[in-house]
Amino acid sequence: MNDKNSYERYQRQVILPDFGEEGQRKLLNAKVLVIGAGGLGCPALQYLAAAGIGTIGIVDHDTVSLNNLHRQVIYSVSDIGLSKAKRASAILNGLNPDIKIVPYDEQLTVENALSIIERFDIIIDGTDNFATRYMINDACVILDKPLIYGAVSQFDGQVAIFNFQGGDEMPVNYRDLFPEPPKEDEVLNCAEAGVLGVLPGIIGTMQANEAIKLITGLGDPLINRLWTFNALNNHVYELRLKANPETRLLIPDGEVAFEQMNYEWLCSSATESFEIDAEKFDELLENGKIEIIDVRQPNETPEVNEFEHRRIPMQQVEASADSIKSDTVVLFCQTGKRSKQAVILLSGIFGSDKKLYSLKGGIVNWKNHHQLS
Amino acid sequence: MKIFGQLTDIIKSNTLTLTDTTDTKSLVDELKKQYPALDQAKYILAVDKQTVTENTILKDGSIVALLPPFSGG
Repeated sequence: MNDKNSYERYQRQVILPDFGEEGQRKLLNAKVLVIGAGGLGCPALQYLAAAGIGTIGIVDHDTVSLNNLHRQVIYSVSDIGLSKAKRASAILNGLNPDIKIVPYDEQLTVENALSIIERFDIIIDGTDNFATRYMINDACVILDKPLIYGAVSQFDGQVAIFNFQGGDEMPVNYRDLFPEPPKEDEVLNCAEAGVLGVLPGIIGTMQANEAIKLITGLGDPLINRLWTFNALNNHVYELRLKANPETRLLIPDGEVAFEQMNYEWLCSSATESFEIDAEKFDELLENGKIEIIDVRQPNETPEVNEFEHRRIPMQQVEASADSIKSDTVVLFCQTGKRSKQAVILLSGIFGSDKKLYSLKGGIVNWKNHHQLS
Repeated sequence: MKIFGQLTDIIKSNTLTLTDTTDTKSLVDELKKQYPALDQAKYILAVDKQTVTENTILKDGSIVALLPPFSGG
């Protein structure tokens, strides 16, 4: 801040009450990663660079196309076909050459996500698909990084701060809202549903604002709160979010488990449901060659003597994955909820190598079915 | 009730008033009866601006919000 240029550049925010040189110093020392240099990422990047965030990372493997320009306003016609990460980096460098900008012209994957995210203090999610969003969410939980989430669809936008440690409440993450990713065909994306260009501009700018508040300690950031905005009627609605300890089980518990996750698969539209009813289960039992696993706690009743199985309580399913040898596996619990989660968890590990089923309605329903028939 | 995002395609409105519903479970059951497509939809439920995952008693005048997930950026 001794530099005269630097003082002049940030003067209009430094004179703000409670901001001062101290606030500016915090921004200059901060490291923010923006994942996705698209509709949300562009405005966020522009304001973060302008505000003097000392280190900004940009992850995007995509190239600029003409239909991006209506909302990704940082790019020009001459950028079409060029790497977004590299172009955004060059443009931001022109805006503020005093900060460090690190482009990652690569796709975020389970192999590189943790090592990239680890290098930054705050993560901004500006991606456009559920697979990457769940991957970023889980990575931030594993690494204890605050995640500034933003999303848009048509005329609606959302912003929230997830996984902020050090607040009064237990940190909330995206899986507390939607534990399981929707399948591809359940929710339309921007390409299918459309989006008003100015909306990601508003939401991405909100994300930058929340980052600046988190870094400087100013105001009341959207920690554990979901802010929603409708661009047509200007209605704003804010929800308080609550952590759900059960959803923690869906998140890989460390680097090794994370790298084995298959987020694409979780979000791809499954042609066949993995939930099976009592009749289908009986068919599988008759055919044999299946492995059956009870994911209930050791003391839970009713006891099951009708067929061979072994018990792996839900909490140990992930760690015990190696012990599952058969190609067809049926998991059950009391009502079918936990076993469904277990299947999702194991699917991330085994991908399409195994056929994994969850007994719908649980063992209670299966026993009832047999008493009735 | 406040309906968000593409759930308005199912409910055809962004607000809705229901009477004689005592808790969120009966409210969702009633909605599904009226709008069967809701059965396949994913959403979070909030009562008076607090998200809820378990059945929650509704007071007179409670505002329930239905929000779908979306991923656009």
